[in-house]
Amino acid sequence: MHKLRSLLTAMGIVFGVASVIAMLAIGEGASYEAQQQIKNLGSQNIILTSEKPTNTKTAGEQERSLVLEYGITYRDLDQIRATIPGVEIAVPGRRIKDFLWHQSLSVDATLLGTVPWYPEMRNRRLLKGRFFTQIEMKGRDPVCVINEELARKLFPLSSPVGKEIRLQRNYFRVVGIIETKASGADSDQLGGKGDATVKKPSGDESELPMEAMIPLSTLIDRFGEVLFKYRSGSFEAEKVDFHEVTIKIGDADQVVPAAEAIRHILKRNHEDVDYKMTVRLELLRRAERTKQIFNIVLGSIAAISLLVGGIGIMNIMLATVTERTREIGIRRAMGAKQRDIVMQFLIETILLSGAGGLIGVVVGMAVPLIIERFANMMTITQIWAPTLAFSISVLTGVIFGIYPAIRAAGMNPVDALRHE
Amino acid sequence: MSSLSPNRRPIIELRDVEKHYQMGSILVKALRGISLTVFEGDYISILGPSGCGKSTLLNILGCLDQPTIGDYLLEGKDVSELADDDLSKVRGKRLGFIFQSYNLIQQLSVVENIEVPLYYQGMPEAESHARAAHLADQVGLGDRLDHRPTELSGGQQQRVAIARALANDPAVILADEATGNLDSKSGGDILKIFDDLNTEGKTLIMITHDEEMAERTPRVIRLKDGEVGFDTMGEDGKAPPARKTEAAK
Repeated sequence: MHKLRSLLTAMGIVFGVASVIAMLAIGEGASYEAQQQIKNLGSQNIILTSEKPTNTKTAGEQERSLVLEYGITYRDLDQIRATIPGVEIAVPGRRIKDFLWHQSLSVDATLLGTVPWYPEMRNRRLLKGRFFTQIEMKGRDPVCVINEELARKLFPLSSPVGKEIRLQRNYFRVVGIIETKASGADSDQLGGKGDATVKKPSGDESELPMEAMIPLSTLIDRFGEVLFKYRSGSFEAEKVDFHEVTIKIGDADQVVPAAEAIRHILKRNHEDVDYKMTVRLELLRRAERTKQIFNIVLGSIAAISLLVGGIGIMNIMLATVTERTREIGIRRAMGAKQRDIVMQFLIETILLSGAGGLIGVVVGMAVPLIIERFANMMTITQIWAPTLAFSISVLTGVIFGIYPAIRAAGMNPVDALRHE
Repeated sequence: MSSLSPNRRPIIELRDVEKHYQMGSILVKALRGISLTVFEGDYISILGPSGCGKSTLLNILGCLDQPTIGDYLLEGKDVSELADDDLSKVRGKRLGFIFQSYNLIQQLSVVENIEVPLYYQGMPEAESHARAAHLADQVGLGDRLDHRPTELSGGQQQRVAIARALANDPAVILADEATGNLDSKSGGDILKIFDDLNTEGKTLIMITHDEEMAERTPRVIRLKDGEVGFDTMGEDGKAPPARKTEAAK
């Protein structure tokens, strides 16, 4: 057989196999990254956040003298706890948006009242110092943990730990610094969404949120149930029981049904949609489904490219059969059975496609490494991908080799010998 | 000569063999009832003008083709109705072929070409290699074992083909215009090998249109229009006259 022709023919298989492996590795890597991000936020968590209703009719009727009530209430949480088994109200939180001061510096930030186990539940690392403790929570101590972004703004030159920050007339001692975002997460902070009176300059959305966290008990103690705000000359009062609640479901299998039940309770309790529900596991499931579709698409492309490669091989084998008709005649005269001729051609095709497949596996495993290095993308080559691709390439050889082989063997020896 | 004793065993018996071809709407009768007995140790030339059925007869004798009518007994066994696999087996084990255009496999070396018939009989590689090397040595190509056919002269290629034909120690060697492509010197060398093989007791059937060749063989069969026109052995099974060893040059 001609070396160049064999090489060119095998190329079809090489590229087919290589593209399958590379595409699967890239797809697998991308979906792994996405899933990892979701998992980092806690896949067994359901996060409820209060949102100021967009329905302005009710808000308008209440006018400024009335207290605006919205969001997740104690009643919601009581009902959730009472009716759904295996739930744990893990992290309740209330927010106040106001100016935080340190000496003469001030920034517009969020004061979040929460519980001591907030960091582990929300997957946020402490960078310096510590989070506030159960004892401080019980004692309603004026301590706070600020995020990195806030620390950078309020304490540009010194270490914030041990210093005090002020909100209105309340002072809080900084005990630690927490990372601004959850590890691996895009963002689960809602920033200033809860307070529409604050007009933020455009482009501010992309800025990192600034947060200070204090014990929930301290927040209620200092600021009461109703929050009053004086902003740019206007006055507003709002009563929100919880700005955000993280509900933890003990059993991963129960997350989706529990989410369904919670959704039902909230729908019954709230006339307006003044809450938002985020179910990480649902996102995870959706990501998995996306991955499945992705894999089907990749599989189809793989099948097509291997089919093209296979047809190329069949084409060349048919040409070879014609070219080697005389050899077939000689072999038949020398005692070769039809079976022997079939085997000979089949083995040649399989060797050709197998060699192509092998080169394809090498190329296909090298490409993801190159991409990983230069495109900074994660790729995962699972062992089954090259195995499958190689098996298919050999199978292609069998399927597309059988017809030329049978054709070769079926030739009349007399005619084959006479062939020029 | 002992090989010419009258009580020799018959190897090939053809009885009223006919071969018909359908050429479009016309039925061509290439062979019209050939009866022929070949004995062990025979050295035969089959002569005749082109179109007389020589090649067809050779194809049938070589089990490459089967008669339309009639029986073909090879070593007492009827092969005219055998299945394809069994025919392959007979060709591989009992028949040796030598062609005008050598018909060596180009991508195989000398020794590999000689090994081809052994391979199809399932001989272990080491054994077949040794046998092939020995045969190559016998035809004077012991120092060319790893050459390709393209690196050899015509005479040398034909000698490889002879070695290949001898590989399985066949009952009959069939040669189709074996010297047709060779100059008289190389052709003479090949014919000398044939003579020696016959002297050793091998049965050879040669197809030729060369009258000089006919003078070399003890028995001559002339075909005419698909029938045996002349057979030096006659119908009585009498031994043919002794070979004239010095006849052809």
